[in-house]
Amino acid sequence: MKLLSDLFLTFTKIGLFTFGGGYAMVPVIEHACVDQKQWITHDDMMNITVIAESTPGPIAINCATFVGYRQKGLIGAIAATLGIVLPSLMIIFLIALLLDGFLEITVIRNAFKGIKLAVGLLILDAALRMIKKMPKKPLPRLIMGGTALMMTVITFFSLRFSSVALLLTAGLISLLLYAFPKQKGGSAS
Amino acid sequence: MILLQLLWGFFKVGCFSFGGAYAAIPLIREVVLSYGWLSDEMLTYMIAVSESTPGPIMVNLATYVGTAEAGLAGALTATFAVVLPSFLLVLLLTAVLSRVIKNPYVQAVLRGLKPCMIGIILVTGGRMIIQNLFEESGTFDPRALLITALLACVYFSRGRLFKKSLSPILLIVLAALLGMIVYAL
Repeated sequence: MKLLSDLFLTFTKIGLFTFGGGYAMVPVIEHACVDQKQWITHDDMMNITVIAESTPGPIAINCATFVGYRQKGLIGAIAATLGIVLPSLMIIFLIALLLDGFLEITVIRNAFKGIKLAVGLLILDAALRMIKKMPKKPLPRLIMGGTALMMTVITFFSLRFSSVALLLTAGLISLLLYAFPKQKGGSAS
Repeated sequence: MILLQLLWGFFKVGCFSFGGAYAAIPLIREVVLSYGWLSDEMLTYMIAVSESTPGPIMVNLATYVGTAEAGLAGALTATFAVVLPSFLLVLLLTAVLSRVIKNPYVQAVLRGLKPCMIGIILVTGGRMIIQNLFEESGTFDPRALLITALLACVYFSRGRLFKKSLSPILLIVLAALLGMIVYAL
């Protein structure tokens, strides 16, 4: 029981103090779980980062589930995951109740008009950073370019076409090229 | 039944959110627009709010939409739904199938997913920037262009203009200030 509440409280603290989510949370989690509590090792942390990258869902939640499971099985996983979700759940719940009223105020409405413009830049920047880190090979570049082209066409003509279909197609193409390397002359390495 | 719709809608989002929330934005947009949960404008506001509050962006978005649609029960349902897929997958991977991820065929699929995700994020960002230059009625908004240009200069100069590069939260604060000033004139 003590371990359970410790798991819950530790991840509540992590959830409360990590803004922006994603990779910003990794060093915080590492500090708490590897250095302070010694729940997992550095190697575990590396492994979970790889798993988190390859599975859907926020990396912080992946980490919480993993650490919780290692310490105390299914119940531990639930306690840690609840802990990391709870702070943002409460904060956003409050904001949701208040936001509509706030937006009636002209100054705040104007502030949000400005904020709206920053969001596009942040997302574009995230993509540009990822492109820099992408392997410089023809296949990833082709998939990236093809996806961007398809998305532009979909957006421009307001087509109803899910981005999930694009993801599945890309995964399938990559798999086929790996499974049958020489048939179409594509490089699968 | 709104709770079931929230559950299904955000479960889908949770299943396909590889690489964090930005890649999932087109899917989130698809879901919230098709159910009429949020307008494009409110979605953009909420991404900014989520970026400036603790916690993963996707979870924050789910909580917000859930609250707006069905109060506390909605918030709990949507948040549960968006977390569930990754929770189950990680349990499965750590408990039984930790070798699956190293399988070369699985790796091949992932190699295809990543660049596709980057392409999706790239166009999502571009679409938002362009769309935000126009008001909802479709008229061009020169003030938006001014603010966007200023923000882009400061943000992408990455320390050449100022000593430290801006964090996302600082960029949002700066954007809020510029919005208050420029739209008041």
